[in-house]
Amino acid sequence: MVQYNFKKITMVPSGKDFVDIILSRTQRQTPTVVHKGYAISRLRQFYMRKVKYTQQNFYEKLSAIIDEFPRLDDIHPFYGDLLHVLYNKDHYKLALGQINTARNLISKISKDYIRLLKYGDSLYRCKTLKVAALGRMCTVVKKISPSLAYLEQIRQHMARLPSIDPNTRTILICGYPNVGKSSFINKITRADVDVQPYAFTTKSLFVGHTDYKYLRYQVIDTPGILDRPLEERNIIEMCSITALAHLRAAVLFFLDVSGSCGYSIAQQAALFHSIKSLFLNKPLLVVCNKIDLQPLESLSEEDRKLVMEMKDEASKTLNGGDDPELANGVLLSMSTLTEDGVIAVKNAACERLLNQRVEMKLKSKKINDCLNRFHVAMPKPRDGKERPPSIPQAVLEAKAAQANVEREKRKLEKDLENENGGAGVYSASLKKNYILPNDEWKEDLMPEIFEGHNVTDFVDPDILQRLQELEREEGLRMEGENEENDEMDEERELSLEEREALAEIRKKKSLLIQEHRIKKSTAESRSVIPRKFNKDKAFTSERMGRDLSRLGLDPSAAINRARSRSVSQRGRKRERSLAIEDEGEGMDIDQPNKKLRMRSRSRSQSRGPPGELVPGEGFKDSAQKTKAVKLAKKAAKKRNKDARRGEADRVILNMKPKHLFSGKRSIGKTDRR
Amino acid sequence: MRLEKCWFCSSTIYPGHGIQFVRNDCTVFKFCRSKCHKNFKMKRNPRKVRWTKKYRELHNKDLARDTVFEFERKRQRPERYDRNLVENTLKAMKKIDDIRVSRRERFWLNRMKVKKIKERKEDLKELEQGIDLVKAPLAFQEDSTLTIPNAKKMKVVITKPDEESHQMEE
Repeated sequence: MVQYNFKKITMVPSGKDFVDIILSRTQRQTPTVVHKGYAISRLRQFYMRKVKYTQQNFYEKLSAIIDEFPRLDDIHPFYGDLLHVLYNKDHYKLALGQINTARNLISKISKDYIRLLKYGDSLYRCKTLKVAALGRMCTVVKKISPSLAYLEQIRQHMARLPSIDPNTRTILICGYPNVGKSSFINKITRADVDVQPYAFTTKSLFVGHTDYKYLRYQVIDTPGILDRPLEERNIIEMCSITALAHLRAAVLFFLDVSGSCGYSIAQQAALFHSIKSLFLNKPLLVVCNKIDLQPLESLSEEDRKLVMEMKDEASKTLNGGDDPELANGVLLSMSTLTEDGVIAVKNAACERLLNQRVEMKLKSKKINDCLNRFHVAMPKPRDGKERPPSIPQAVLEAKAAQANVEREKRKLEKDLENENGGAGVYSASLKKNYILPNDEWKEDLMPEIFEGHNVTDFVDPDILQRLQELEREEGLRMEGENEENDEMDEERELSLEEREALAEIRKKKSLLIQEHRIKKSTAESRSVIPRKFNKDKAFTSERMGRDLSRLGLDPSAAINRARSRSVSQRGRKRERSLAIEDEGEGMDIDQPNKKLRMRSRSRSQSRGPPGELVPGEGFKDSAQKTKAVKLAKKAAKKRNKDARRGEADRVILNMKPKHLFSGKRSIGKTDRR
Repeated sequence: MRLEKCWFCSSTIYPGHGIQFVRNDCTVFKFCRSKCHKNFKMKRNPRKVRWTKKYRELHNKDLARDTVFEFERKRQRPERYDRNLVENTLKAMKKIDDIRVSRRERFWLNRMKVKKIKERKEDLKELEQGIDLVKAPLAFQEDSTLTIPNAKKMKVVITKPDEESHQMEE
């Protein structure tokens, strides 16, 4: 509320600062880049924008100042007068008026220049127009800078004015300088006003707050007033006069009966009478201070008379028709030093003020709205009969019974615990109040888990019946399965013979597989014994005989046949036939059979004798040939005995020859070989 | 105190074991050990993980639906305690246990039987086909039983053709 809080007025910058602020803002917030190659409308727009922006800002800021400063006619007359007293109403109004005119001037400037800018034909011309516009606006502001400074000072001072609410309960303290007003306010409120022996210590109004009957009262301390005509009063005195004039408050006129303030009672009485016109319609109390220095009774006769006169005046302000008792309440005495009577004074003042305000409110029209809060209407009794409330007898009895029952104390669990040894020793049985079919079961411990299952999952009232059904079912199932099993088992059992045969077959098969595997996997790396020396694989008739007999056949026929068809017998056929044909001729029958046999078995008929010279071979004579043959055989004998394989056997002896697998490449990587 | 079932592998979770996981939609997952928990976090479906009970029951490897299992049911409302009832329940639990075990076993045996039948068939076939490795068909003709010929060396009678011819010559 502007009315009593001037702290919210924004700061008024000085002229120079003002200009700086606005111009820098213009520069920041409007575009800054422009080239002379732009379209002319764009250039004009650019500069018009700047001018408009500056004007707007000036307008806003000046309007803010004008609006925020209070108009002296619109605020409470107390404040209006106070501000007038402090700052001179005319000066104030003039300053604000200047600001207003400045604002209007700036608007006019901007309008003119914008109109001119519309017809600017080059960048340079537009620019100069803008410069001129801004320059003129700034000069205007510079011209009003003294007003701005003045307003700033006023603002600072206004912010420090005491926040007095003109409408609430107020107690005003007035009197000559040094009579003890500030000490009094220090005593009854938390205000900390300077108290010094020299006059005019208090130079302005001070506010304190005090409580009485749950209500808050403002107590205003004023600077001392001297007895002078109004025209000659200085600003400080005028403050108090204003307060007196405009605030509807209880007035406490302080009187220094000891005269230690430097003024006699007569002077003070004179002051009283000169300002008594200000006390109209205000509850007035005349307070005699400093009675510790000079008690009232020991006053001189003249002074007494003066005081009585003041009292009479004061009692006039009382609501008429009061008894003389109350009249005594108008004149009070106290001492702020000894704190004697201070509270009494405060109470009296508050009381008087309260009564007066209540009366005023009662007289006003608004009271009818809240009249019901003050006044409870009681009907007038028409006869002396007593009519108490009637309660039926039954209800009374029930209530009494209930009260009795509650009075008998129940034994609590806590008591039980305490009896049995306290908290750590006794643990309450939680199952005590269980409702069970049989009370013996209360303390039973039920197993929760049994054999890997939760017991509660199985609990069922008809579990036995279901179990019986299950067992029956199980029995039936078992029978059915047994029958099936019997049927099945008969059919396909293998006999002992069959099983043996199967085992043999499998063994044979696995042997074959093993052999094959060996042959397959190690063919190249393993040495192989030649068949001739391999007992198991030699192509002999003995082996054939063995294998055949193992298979259950009679091998004799096969062996005979093999023998007869063997190589050693091959030549025989011819000889035999020859012998049979030329039975009677002269053949060499003398040749012993042994020799023939030996010859036939030792070598094949297709080759000649070993040392026989064949012309193309390159030997000198048969002896040389036989020797050569012998040597060759000797050389190969060892190798043959070792049964080693060589390259003639289609075998690569060295899978990873070093020359292929070692060495770095001159270029490239070596991850492939 | 309750024994729970692991959500992943369906084994029982004893007190003091495992981890519970509560999802934002308030479903609670209980796991018996970190193996199951980690599998769950990998978003694996227990119905596809071979060693879990769910898989086995789904693929008919284990007994899944049977009247025995209906005895064990999670009850929402607890029954009022009755000593006789609990006694009976405990006795019944033992018997039900036995029946359950035997049923499971039988299920397994039935499952394995199929193979036996197949095996027998195969054996017979193998016998029929492979007997030639052990006993020559010719021997079969002479002796049609399945006896294996002895591996004893049969005496070989070698007829000497020379002697015959020479005999003839002479």
